[in-house]
Amino acid sequence: MAFETTETAAKGVAGTGNTSSAHLEFVGLSKISGPLVVIEGIRDVGFGERVEIVASDSDVRQGRVLAISEKAAVLEVFHGTSGLDQADTRVRFMGRPFEMVVSKEEVLGRIFSGLGAPLDGGPAPFRGEARNVNGFAINPVARAYPEDFIQTGISTIDGMNTLVRGQKLPIFSGSGLPHNDLAIQIVRQARLLTEESSFAVIFAAMGVRHDEAEAFRLSFEESGVLNNVAMFLNLADDPTVERLVAPRVALTVAEYLAFEEGMHVLVILTDMTNYCEALREVATSKGEVPSRKGYPGYLYSDLASIYERAGRIHGRKGSVTQIPILTMPDDDITHPIPDLTGYITEGQIVLDRMLYQKNIYPPVNVLPSLSRLMSDGIGEGKTRDDHRNISSQLYAAYANAKQVERLASIIGEEDLSVTDKKYFQFAREFEKRFVNQAKDEDRGILETLDLGWELVMMLPSQELVRVTPEQVEKYGKASHTCNQE
Amino acid sequence: MKEADKAQNPEVIFVSGPVVKASRAHLLSMNEMVEVGAERLVGEVIGLEDDTATLQVYEDTTGLKPGTRVIGQGMPLFAELGPGLISHIFDGIQRPLTELKEQWGDFIQRGKTGTALSRERVWQFTPTAREGDKAVPGQVIGTIQETDAIVHKVMIPPGIAGTIGKIAGPGGYSLEEEIAVIKTSGGPRSIRLFHRWPVRQPRPYVRRLMPSEPLLTGQRVIDTFFPLAKGGTAAIPGGFGTGKTVTQHQLSKWADADVIIYIGCGERGNEMTGVLTDFPQLLDPRTQRPLIERTVLIANTSDMPVAAREASIYTGITIAEYFRDQGYDVALMADSTSRWAEALREISGRLEEMPAEEGFPAYLASRLAAFYERAGQVKALSGEKGSVSLIGAVSPPGGDFSEPVTMHTKRFVQCFWALDKELASARYFPAINYLQSYSAYTEAVAAWWTERTGPEWEKLREEAVQILQEDSKLQNIVKLLGEEALPDDQRRILEGARLIKNDFLQQSAYDPVDTYCMPLKQFYLLKVIIYFIRRLKDVVDSRIPLFRAMELPVVEQIHRAKYTVSGEDIAPFEQMLKDMDQQVDQLLSRNQEANHGV
Repeated sequence: MAFETTETAAKGVAGTGNTSSAHLEFVGLSKISGPLVVIEGIRDVGFGERVEIVASDSDVRQGRVLAISEKAAVLEVFHGTSGLDQADTRVRFMGRPFEMVVSKEEVLGRIFSGLGAPLDGGPAPFRGEARNVNGFAINPVARAYPEDFIQTGISTIDGMNTLVRGQKLPIFSGSGLPHNDLAIQIVRQARLLTEESSFAVIFAAMGVRHDEAEAFRLSFEESGVLNNVAMFLNLADDPTVERLVAPRVALTVAEYLAFEEGMHVLVILTDMTNYCEALREVATSKGEVPSRKGYPGYLYSDLASIYERAGRIHGRKGSVTQIPILTMPDDDITHPIPDLTGYITEGQIVLDRMLYQKNIYPPVNVLPSLSRLMSDGIGEGKTRDDHRNISSQLYAAYANAKQVERLASIIGEEDLSVTDKKYFQFAREFEKRFVNQAKDEDRGILETLDLGWELVMMLPSQELVRVTPEQVEKYGKASHTCNQE
Repeated sequence: MKEADKAQNPEVIFVSGPVVKASRAHLLSMNEMVEVGAERLVGEVIGLEDDTATLQVYEDTTGLKPGTRVIGQGMPLFAELGPGLISHIFDGIQRPLTELKEQWGDFIQRGKTGTALSRERVWQFTPTAREGDKAVPGQVIGTIQETDAIVHKVMIPPGIAGTIGKIAGPGGYSLEEEIAVIKTSGGPRSIRLFHRWPVRQPRPYVRRLMPSEPLLTGQRVIDTFFPLAKGGTAAIPGGFGTGKTVTQHQLSKWADADVIIYIGCGERGNEMTGVLTDFPQLLDPRTQRPLIERTVLIANTSDMPVAAREASIYTGITIAEYFRDQGYDVALMADSTSRWAEALREISGRLEEMPAEEGFPAYLASRLAAFYERAGQVKALSGEKGSVSLIGAVSPPGGDFSEPVTMHTKRFVQCFWALDKELASARYFPAINYLQSYSAYTEAVAAWWTERTGPEWEKLREEAVQILQEDSKLQNIVKLLGEEALPDDQRRILEGARLIKNDFLQQSAYDPVDTYCMPLKQFYLLKVIIYFIRRLKDVVDSRIPLFRAMELPVVEQIHRAKYTVSGEDIAPFEQMLKDMDQQVDQLLSRNQEANHGV
């Protein structure tokens, strides 16, 4: 049975990690199990409150209240429970949910832990307002529909899976595939065609290796954007439970910068698979009924509470655009993590091992890839009037070409019909010239579209059913002659 | 709060997410609505045991402490039904989102807020009944022009009967004002412009009618191949990215229902925003009024509390039934019922109930059945004919249709529009798989189609289905040997199927003309295609290479017809039929001449 030690009035000041303006403090745990502890004999404690757990050697760990009854509370300890003892561990209930203090000057150009504590030797932010890291749902009435085209300079994205400002577009990858390179290239090249305005990059790492995080930092430094970046690092050897907070802290900062400071914020979350593993670990130690593959039944809602924190708001200048990265276990797109993600996000960019093995970078397989917000971000006045049709034509042609490839693997390339041979050729050229590009190659959208035309013009004209004859005349023929000259 | 007051109320004794337990359960009843704490969080009693009540709280419970007061509301979770529903957006427990934004700003906070329907707004009421008239439940006693498209009929709520003792004259009234008094055997009952109805209880009607009229959607693959009837049920299952939401949006835009209820259940915020942005601008093809004037939106986006997701479906269907009772044809789109089932699972898990398949509770099937059973065409209490058609999207994990929600849904719906990942990845939309999908209403609506379009409707449709089936068999051979390996009479089927697939079934949601296709245009487009396929037989029989026929100018016209011919203009199709005959005849005779020449 725990007993109460001190009681101090909660003050408005709250830090990110180390300040201890405790509300209530109790001593003694009745149970320790995995990342969870149970404390009894408490009073006046709220659900979801932040707690500080002070081990007998005065080491302070962060945690939160997972369930509460009249007599006892179940706490989740972000730094793990090893080294805690039952008798002397003290628990401070902070009387508030987990919060992050944010102000523009104090977060940009900085590196923090997954819980928002500074890792760069600088002071913890204290000047801004403290915000609940769980955020609040944006009222759908207040949302502004995302429709501003972002040029990433990558043909498979700009031409066929267009990213727009305020979208959440994940990269579905597999272990060993160059998703980090792609993300870095997007960060470096992404820009709007219409206006220039202040931007920020928020980078949240969950259980990634040190060298991966470092590669991101270096690339931010090289491209000179480091002062506009805030990094939240939970590395592979950091406590797993902390991973559950890291994206929320990062998004709290992103929302502040976007909706209070009017900045356009690009958020990179990597690797969401590690996040989900951590969620499963905690759910299992709570003894919850698992659903698919041992993941908790609320994995969808939990992921949504992260991914939905993207978008634009009427009457506010900024935006939050999310590019979460996840590695599909065993490259399986039907695994619960990519599956549920795909149901929440507005499309996905799928990387493909076969293309990677063909030495194609970025190995984006366009067929399962999708951008749901594409149709509102493209067309006349945004990109070009033929964008929708040429993109659709490329999809149709490539899908057909893939079937022809399968056929060719059975009957041999020689026995293909004349049309099928052209499709066969199209698939090769499409992969080699459209999909493939250098890591520093920044293709303009018009260049991408013209390239698309050049490729579809390889096919017999009666196959071009998704584009109009006028467009063939205007763009197709032009790209063709250009090419021949 | 005084100690004495406190002692009289149930108090919170346990909190875990949306599941809260309270003491003094004898003061509460099953399914009673409750308010928790000073913030008045809305919840519902979902279990009673040993003087402990289990509550499901529809809002975020962060900071909730044991000892907090719980107040029973004396009635189950209800919806407010009256003027002010149309063109508004509500959350899962019918909180008005536009008003919430005005009150709290851009982010949704928790706690009690005013009422679902505006109490201030004044409505122009026109009585249609007189003092002394007999009053029966559901009877219409007056009307209100709610929007240009919808006349709201003010009804005597179910359960009240007698004679009309008093009725207000024409004029402006707000929601709380008394507009009539009914003398009942139990004393006078006051009638206002709105009433409350418990959402989990179906509204009464006189009797069910058999569905016979199609619910036209303007989508060719649905209307012609897998039609839905007014009062029918349909499911759209599909993995992510197969176009469930675009299809649901298309249906809510173009379905020829009088009222559309769109429930965004656990889906993306931006999708609701898209509806809110598009619907005021798009015009209903029948009334030429903005679509929003016939639409009610219910939004529980995926980041909003999960318990309210479970309620959102019931709130939506109760509103749908209310308009049905006024004699309207209502179409309800629920996107997605899987999220609703998952909300059931989550709550069930927190209650530590024994799970059945994949962690879903054992009562999943009965809940799904109860939901779809609330669809139907009925003779309402008012004597009018009304209907509720239900269209539920299903999001099977991994696109696998053998999972519990899809499986059980299939048992209770009559139309199954299966979305196909492969079609979607070739950007072939709507990605409705024409081999896996089915509709049990085809026969029921055949009479309607035959009468409206032509006697050939059934025949043409059958022929098209047959060609598609033969094509799918032949495709197996093509996959192994290539198209070249087939003789011309079989390639005729492939070419024919290609025409049906590309020029009829495929339909662009983004093309201003093609997005909606009138029944007559559907009929003629199919007719032209099928006639051409029949003529191809003549070509093949004369041993003319098939490609020569496919190069005829009329083929290009067929390709373009869906984009170029608008409305119910049939002249271009008549012309195409003539041109086709002429061009094919010419091809045949030239061939004959050439043969004779040799």
